[in-house]
Amino acid sequence: MSETISSSSRERFPYKLRIEPWLHDPPKWYPYFISLVAIVAALVIGGILLALSGGDPFQSYAHIARASFGSLGVISDTIVKATPLILVGLACTIAFRMKLWNIGAEGQLFMGALGASAVVLIPLLPPATTPWIFIPAMILVGVLAGALWGFIPGFLKARWGINEIITTLMLNYIALALVNFFIFAVWSEGGFQMSPRFPKNAWLPRLADYAEQIPVFQGLTTHLGLLIGLGASVLVWFILYRSRWGYEIRLIGDNKEAARYAGINIYRNIILVMMVSGGLAGLAGVSEISGVVHRLQAGFSPGYGFTGIIIAWLAKLNPFAVVVVSVLFGALLLAGREIQPSGIPRMIQGIILVCLIASDFLLRYRVRIERKVQEA
Amino acid sequence: MDLIIILQAGVASGTVLLFATIGEIFAERSGILNLGVEGMMLIGAMSAFSVALSTGNPWLGVLVAMIAAGLLSQIHAFITVTLQADQVVSGLAITFLGAGISVVLGEGLSKAGAVSLLPAFSIPILAQIPFLGPIFFTDQSIMVYIGYMLVPLAWYYINRTRPGMHLRAVGEYPAAADSLGINVYKLRYFYVFVGGLMAGLAGATISLAISPGWFSELTTAGQGWIAIGLVIFAQWDPLRAAFGSYAFGALRRLILDVQGPTTILGFANPFFYNPYLGFFLQMLPYAFTIIVLAIGSREAIRKRLGAPAALGLPYIRGERGL
Repeated sequence: MSETISSSSRERFPYKLRIEPWLHDPPKWYPYFISLVAIVAALVIGGILLALSGGDPFQSYAHIARASFGSLGVISDTIVKATPLILVGLACTIAFRMKLWNIGAEGQLFMGALGASAVVLIPLLPPATTPWIFIPAMILVGVLAGALWGFIPGFLKARWGINEIITTLMLNYIALALVNFFIFAVWSEGGFQMSPRFPKNAWLPRLADYAEQIPVFQGLTTHLGLLIGLGASVLVWFILYRSRWGYEIRLIGDNKEAARYAGINIYRNIILVMMVSGGLAGLAGVSEISGVVHRLQAGFSPGYGFTGIIIAWLAKLNPFAVVVVSVLFGALLLAGREIQPSGIPRMIQGIILVCLIASDFLLRYRVRIERKVQEA
Repeated sequence: MDLIIILQAGVASGTVLLFATIGEIFAERSGILNLGVEGMMLIGAMSAFSVALSTGNPWLGVLVAMIAAGLLSQIHAFITVTLQADQVVSGLAITFLGAGISVVLGEGLSKAGAVSLLPAFSIPILAQIPFLGPIFFTDQSIMVYIGYMLVPLAWYYINRTRPGMHLRAVGEYPAAADSLGINVYKLRYFYVFVGGLMAGLAGATISLAISPGWFSELTTAGQGWIAIGLVIFAQWDPLRAAFGSYAFGALRRLILDVQGPTTILGFANPFFYNPYLGFFLQMLPYAFTIIVLAIGSREAIRKRLGAPAALGLPYIRGERGL
């Protein structure tokens, strides 16, 4: 396709836009550069919207920057917010790479939290169990619960071709109602919408726990979940780009028919990838519940699962980029708590995603501004 | 728990789904999957309520709601039709954007007082029909009656008119349609816009007629997604969409009503004595959406029906493919 869009104001404007496909692969830095441009564009648009609705965009953005990177303490808090985002971002990354639209990370995250809480609250293990057993058990049950929540849509998709976008989304609402049932009816503490506090042995260790040995860690809330998230990103990278299975996933994502002819078992891969994706999101729930809130309570996730979708897309499905992007979005979420009205972080996320998806055009086509040749 | 009351309220609350589902049918028939229905409905519900509150005129609210949601849908159209980007991600972005904007602009609306709602009335003679009269034609909002008219009109338009044929052609085989001089891009923009208008109408129907008020994101509570599921169940057919929408509406109402009485069919009502079991009732619409999708998908395979062939695929003039 080679098309020339000439503006109607032909005489006044001596330049024209030429849009043509990239004939060779654009340089490696180019996709990230375009993403950056998209974010900047989104922040500008968001700022204009903020100004129109009576706010001060500069103040808002300055506030976000200060409240998220202003001191060691808030940087630590930003990382705490980024931790579950890394895991759900990875969950979306691996599913999206196979063009499997898992929109259900939020529900899988809640199921993971529910599974981890079950270990503590049923209790499957006595409260005095050593953390060396307690925490792995919580992780195991939480991941299994999340994987189960991924298995259902995966199975329905593989067996009957049922649209996974809708099923994963519906399962979000079901998971939320299920968790609410347990919070209100089974594990409610004194009628409040929360379970009793977990025993200390079920907490992921924080940096602050080592403040006696290393004084700098005083008051820092960053917890073990960060290392789990970083480990998971290496694992997902290895699966996707260094393993035979990852090759199958990428091939199915790029061309399902070719994969079928190559003898790849698509049925099995759909179910497996959905389960891995659900398990990662479940792990995010475990990390949040045992690293931050230390109890099961309503609304402990400000939509992490949905933010994960944007993160995966922004990171161009690169597991390491997911980590970087998660920190940025962690900052947005952290600072967003104090910004009124409360919908602003959501709105900015939406604008970022719109700009991003629009900017993909620039990866396939290049736009050049040319001086018009004078027609004599 | 009166069956007639449940069905009557079900028809009312199903009207919301009906508008959104039919709108999405138009968009998908043209080949564009728009997952932004939830976001467009939220924008519609918020702007309808807000305008009705400040002007006192609910009809103005409906109009603004439709235009606002229609404008939002055009972002999706631009991204997917002109920029040829992935329709799934773009639709999700529209939902995020719509939800975010409506929560920001709707700040404080939830505490606002009563607004003048759309009128509700009975149809004189039809209301006398036994059983059907009280369900369909008694004390319903005008939106419900508009819904009744919309269903056959939409079916007729899609299946029996020339523009409807163009619509189907663009969704099934855009290259062929293009070669016959149909402007694929223009039609896709237009029907995505129609989908947006209808989603806005659905939103306005919630906040100004069915369950008046603005409750932030709980206003729609996932009904936009249920509508997308219903489109598949309905096999892109407005008549089946009507059936599905009203059935879902009745289900939503049943869930509210089943917790009221102390006994059901002579047995002690567990939902009355343990209100926490209500959480399981809340799951039902979503669980049913999955079941209904399963039915729709399997039937499509059996009857070799299915989605419009070009659904979800960008049309690039001069390139091979559909």
